[in-house]
Amino acid sequence: MSKEKKGIKLEHISKIYRDPKTKQDFYAVHDANLTIEPGSFVTLLGPSGCGKTTTLRMIAGFESPDEGEIYLGGEAINALTPNKRDTAMVFQSYALLPHYNIFDNVAYGLKLRKLGKEEIKEKVTAILKLVGLEGMEARMTNQLSGGQQQRVALARALVLEPGVLLFDEPLSNLDAKLRVSMRTEIRRIQQEAGITAVYVTHDQSEAMAISDRIIIMEKGVVSQTGSPQEIYYHPTNEFVADFIGEANFLRGKAVSVSGGKAELEIEGSRIEVSQEGITEGRDCTLVLRPEAALIADKGQLPCKVILSCFMGSYQNYHVMVGDTLVKITDFNPKNKKIYNVGDTAFVAFDVENTHIL
Amino acid sequence: MKGKNGQGAELDRRKFWADPVMVTTIVVLIAFLTLFILYPLAILLVDSFITDEGITLDVFKRVLAMTNFRRAITNTLKVGFLVGIASALIGLLFAYVEVYVKLQTKMMGGLFRVVSMLPVVSPPFVLSLSMIMLFGKAGIVTRYILHIYDNSVYGFWGIAIVQTLTFFPVCYMMLRGLLKNIDPSLEEAARDMGASRLRVFLTVTLPLILPGLGNAFLVTFIESIADFANPMIIGGSFDTLATTIYLQITGAYDKEGASAMAVALLFITLVMFIVQKYYLEAKSTATLSGKASRARMLITDKSVTRPLSFLCSLLAIFVILMYICVPFGALFKTWGYDFHLTTKWFVQVFKRYKGFKAFKDSFVLSLIASPITALLSMIISYLVVKKTFKAKGFIEAVSMLAMAVPGTVLGIGYIRGFSAGVFRTGFLQGLYGTGAILVIVFIVRSLPTGTRSGISALRQIDKSIEESAYDMGAGSFHVFMTVTLPLIKDSFLSGLVTAFVRSITAISAIILLVTPQFLLITVQINEFAEKGAYGIACAFATILIVITYGSVLLMDLIIKRFGTSKAIQEQ
Ligand SMILES: Nc1ncnc2c1ncn2[C@@H]1O[C@H](COP(=O)(O)OP(=O)(O)O)[C@@H](O)[C@H]1O
Ligand SMILES: [Mg+2]
Repeated sequence: MSKEKKGIKLEHISKIYRDPKTKQDFYAVHDANLTIEPGSFVTLLGPSGCGKTTTLRMIAGFESPDEGEIYLGGEAINALTPNKRDTAMVFQSYALLPHYNIFDNVAYGLKLRKLGKEEIKEKVTAILKLVGLEGMEARMTNQLSGGQQQRVALARALVLEPGVLLFDEPLSNLDAKLRVSMRTEIRRIQQEAGITAVYVTHDQSEAMAISDRIIIMEKGVVSQTGSPQEIYYHPTNEFVADFIGEANFLRGKAVSVSGGKAELEIEGSRIEVSQEGITEGRDCTLVLRPEAALIADKGQLPCKVILSCFMGSYQNYHVMVGDTLVKITDFNPKNKKIYNVGDTAFVAFDVENTHIL
Repeated sequence: MKGKNGQGAELDRRKFWADPVMVTTIVVLIAFLTLFILYPLAILLVDSFITDEGITLDVFKRVLAMTNFRRAITNTLKVGFLVGIASALIGLLFAYVEVYVKLQTKMMGGLFRVVSMLPVVSPPFVLSLSMIMLFGKAGIVTRYILHIYDNSVYGFWGIAIVQTLTFFPVCYMMLRGLLKNIDPSLEEAARDMGASRLRVFLTVTLPLILPGLGNAFLVTFIESIADFANPMIIGGSFDTLATTIYLQITGAYDKEGASAMAVALLFITLVMFIVQKYYLEAKSTATLSGKASRARMLITDKSVTRPLSFLCSLLAIFVILMYICVPFGALFKTWGYDFHLTTKWFVQVFKRYKGFKAFKDSFVLSLIASPITALLSMIISYLVVKKTFKAKGFIEAVSMLAMAVPGTVLGIGYIRGFSAGVFRTGFLQGLYGTGAILVIVFIVRSLPTGTRSGISALRQIDKSIEESAYDMGAGSFHVFMTVTLPLIKDSFLSGLVTAFVRSITAISAIILLVTPQFLLITVQINEFAEKGAYGIACAFATILIVITYGSVLLMDLIIKRFGTSKAIQEQ
């Protein structure tokens, strides 16, 4: 549907704000370098205050970067005002125009583009159908539920066929159930429209479910970029590993390295892993996802159970490996041996499912 | 790290200049504010400090040597203090009774509503007129009920009483807002510990609203010392600064002297205004943490409610009677002597005193001024609340400054600033003596009120609503017209009517600038009241009250019909 899907490039983008309390300047975004492919769905993910909104607003043009250049479809757009940029934003608070009905809300941008009455009507009707709001043209915005308002906000942005669609935590005002169904919906519509989308959220499961690529931000800095799988299975630092899903961190040392294999010493046990780029004698951290580990009579690391709790679909264990707490979720526990608090056992895992930092 | 002067700031500048409509608007606005607010005040300073011999204090020395000026200063301050204190206290009484006391009858509620509406619709000198007619030499109360034949209402007490009755409703409204925000549990806790009601009031409630009370006092104080109309009519030989300045220029033709006096008056109001605005206003709400958590248990104890309600009703009825007195003043044959009803005063107003022209002139000029004022104040509010640019501080400060400038001072400033053109160069000299300059004065006098209401209305609107329109491709001007203005329509409409009412009832600056070519109602009322022709003055005033009251009713209707609906506002 889109006239032309556009890619985005951020080159050394920084934004400096002044803290109103301390009167100190600080980087809200620092040296962000990003390439967003045309037609892809990219999510900016990170804890609150890490600079996601600021980045998004720089792309939209509401904020001006203090360093660096932003390109939209190859064109440098730093000096363009928001109304001159080929972007459309879906706001966290929806920001619908409360004095207009649904039709006029969606038609607002089209009227500015001097389209004919008939054409506007056609486009609005089509887009309202796409987002599932047929027949609601005459309603006022306050006669809609939160989810419906969200759809209007989406329709209003989509109908402009922008080069890029921007979302700032669009689902955060909805209840949990609706959030899940709306995110699937947004993904479907984005794919159907074949439009480039940049999506901001602090909810990692939302990001995983919806994105082609995830950009993890921490304190204004891009921490890692990759597909959801890459981010999950190959986090490049502890922050990412911890922020995405749950992770156990087992500290150790590489005692011997040969070829693509390395031997780590962790809490007195030796574990062989196959990962490139580990040098001998280096301190290493083994990232072990709770669902990638099992508790068994035999395994790699001896442990002591300190919590054992039945959760229905899984058994939740907390065990101590030496001085390190390790969480284990053992799925489908019905026919398995259950370990109780105080038992000694082993943590067992496939090293293929771990990741070394 | 280059935050302030870095690339971001440079880009913001470029984006700003890429919007020609906004840049033009801002430039025009700055020119308007500079030319019609700052410049006239600056010229007063020039007038009073710079003579042929350069910068001197000679003019001030000369003025200060005049006994009537020195007396005017003490007079003004004395009246201001008394009126400020009295208005704040009466305002507090009304506010307390409304918020804390269970009112016995429906009528009481009605009385309170009328009192709170009076300052909106009342022409400034109405109470002075009725004061004279009730308590003066020929006053109904003094002469016919009390048989006192030589009572004089003119002077200090006349002004003080009239001003107090005029200004206390403003204090009442201010304090009512504060009292409503006090969390009832604070007072209930003290009651639980056994404190008496009076003790709770003195130790809990009063300390909480003390800054607010101070704020109310200062606001009234400023109003009082800036007031021209009441001292003019009921002051007699008791001159205040405003009337002294007026006489200095219209009677003694001493323009430099009048300028220096105006500077003195401006200095007093400005200092008070700055204390009020930047110290007390913030402090008065700081101690009160937003909305009350739940409803207050109203006082039903008869020993409390009876005397308080009685006192309030008495005052309210008294004020209302004074207003009613005005139309009767226009209907009695000879006030104080012959109480036969007659239409002769109204007839005379139209037949002999060009009443129709006066109403037309007042009406048309106010009608021209009010939409401009309303639009300008909405534009200023929009720029102040929603935009960031260098000159924003200037625009905000100057439009607020206009609030602190007494009309008389502005009038003198316009005379000195425009009678021979800007900086006596002849530039814009054509403006002087025209209707245009009257319209401009109307605008400048109403701009601060409109701007204040616009700013508070705009602060309620989520900024992303406008951003979304901007994002969809609309330029600033289009956003303002299609999003901002419709969302603050109520504020705009009420600004429109307020500007109209303020303009048609204005006198202090206007009386100095009006030429015989224009007959204004307020100036007529003043003239006839001065001459003692109270029948005519009352007839003029009655029609003025009808116009203002009608406008306010019309506004309510329009807002109900066309205003932003409740549902939208709550969103
Ligand atoms: N206009 C502003 N002035 C000063 N600081 C700001 C401004 N906007 C955002 N910040 C600060 O910049 C940081 C990043 O904010 P933001 O991008 O909104 O974070 P996120 O969207 O990731 O939660 C935060 O510390 C925030 O307080
Ligand atoms: Mg955010």
